Amino acid sequence: MKTEFILQAVQAVNHAILAHESEIESLDREIGDGDHFINIKRGSRAIAEMRDELADLPPDMVLQRIGMKLLSTVGGASGPLLASFFLALAKTVKERGTATLPDKAAAFAAGVEAVKSRGKADIGEKTLLDVLIPVSQAFTRLAAEGVEGAALLNELKRVAEAGMLSTRDMIATKGRAAFLGERAVGHIDPGAKTCQLVIQTVCDLALH
Amino acid sequence: MKKFINAVDDLLAESLAGFAAAHSDLVRLHLDPNYLRRSQKTQDKVAVISGGGSGHEPLHGGFVGYGMLDAACPGQVFTSPTPDQMLAAAEAMEAGRGVLFIVKNYAGDVMNFQMAAELLPFPNETVLVSDDVAVENSTHTAGRRGVAGTVIVERMVGSLAETGADLAACKALGDRVNRRTASMGVALTSCTVPAVGRPTFDLGENELEMGVGIHGEPGRRREPVRPADAIVADLVAAILDDLKPARGSEVLLLVNGFGGTPLMELYLLYNSAARLLHRQGLTISRSLVGNYTTSLDMAGASLTVCLLDEELRRHWDAPVHTPALRWGR
Repeated sequence: MKTEFILQAVQAVNHAILAHESEIESLDREIGDGDHFINIKRGSRAIAEMRDELADLPPDMVLQRIGMKLLSTVGGASGPLLASFFLALAKTVKERGTATLPDKAAAFAAGVEAVKSRGKADIGEKTLLDVLIPVSQAFTRLAAEGVEGAALLNELKRVAEAGMLSTRDMIATKGRAAFLGERAVGHIDPGAKTCQLVIQTVCDLALH
Repeated sequence: MKKFINAVDDLLAESLAGFAAAHSDLVRLHLDPNYLRRSQKTQDKVAVISGGGSGHEPLHGGFVGYGMLDAACPGQVFTSPTPDQMLAAAEAMEAGRGVLFIVKNYAGDVMNFQMAAELLPFPNETVLVSDDVAVENSTHTAGRRGVAGTVIVERMVGSLAETGADLAACKALGDRVNRRTASMGVALTSCTVPAVGRPTFDLGENELEMGVGIHGEPGRRREPVRPADAIVADLVAAILDDLKPARGSEVLLLVNGFGGTPLMELYLLYNSAARLLHRQGLTISRSLVGNYTTSLDMAGASLTVCLLDEELRRHWDAPVHTPALRWGR
């Protein structure tokens, strides 16, 4: 993984988030408190604006700076969760590099573990982890099997989408939707949607 | 929505600037990252720092000053502050004895303070306030929410910190006060978050929300409006059921307004609650009535009971000099 790729991904994600404003906002209005998109947009823009200061740094430093910036701009519960992902990712990238696919899968898995422990949440609670955990598991398995290129990326996109859609029928037990109980059933979790969108965007970028 | 606003995005900054200007003898405002600190830094004491979403004024900035907080970190309205604020406030106020964070128990606040604590280059401890007996598991939190009892925790710990007590002692006192404090609130109207522009929840003209949180989160149940004595009886029953005080216990009673209820009604609630506590054989030796932990423009109030003892009464009475609480000096 090169710094250049990370910076391209940051720009692509920023565009993708802005392009899906009304979709994400309406999900959050249904079962959240309406500030998810504002917070995510603020963080995404802040990172996109760091382009010049990050361009000459090694990948682990870039990921670390992204984590710290998210921590100071997003706020609420999303800020620490996203920051924890990037800080753990950065640490693992620094320790074992990203030369092989299993290295990359391990770094991603470390990020997902950090989100789980920071949020004290797991799969099935109607959160972004319903996307992150299945994607991480698929990534680790496929990387070990030697699957790569388009086959790998398309499968990760498929798993992310299935995870996002799986939140529709769940009762939330974490996050703001938790108090809605049965009323949250039938609505996709906005955090899971944002997460799926980011994974899809990064996979598409890597495909081209 | 009818509010005093120039531009919604500037509301917090203009309010903080006004607060700092009005109380320039006591506090200083630092911007980017935002925190309010005492104008005079005291050496050789534990730095007591709190913070949380804005919209609960005077919590927390109003309690910065001698005998309470060293600094407070205001987030956006009803949104946790970010760790860079806590780090900057701690860097400014740490005085050789470590940092104690006082945090209301909400997922966002807990996570942001946790990350600040992990990054902090000083010894530090955190007191989590969880005094709300309305719901065990609510919208914002695993476990009980932190509400108006936070003021009492900040007061007692702030007093102890002024004596030069160490970090462990301050943490222990904060936890002890939290265990001895219970609150429950009731809303007559919703609040309106300025950036959203419409009420957070719908409450009928003849309805009230028992056990409401300080962000307009739902509570135990929605019910028809009743005489104040009946409402107070339910609040007191829930609080005493949690605290289980022995007859003859000495207590502090706080009647806290949510921002949209007149003091006249708050004193009526005090009258009603005090009668019930006396009937339970409790002695109200200290009291506080007013708007101390608000929820923007929500009409409603909460009752808080803290079980006192000689030590806690002494800390409550000790001199305090902040924008929102002042006595003894």
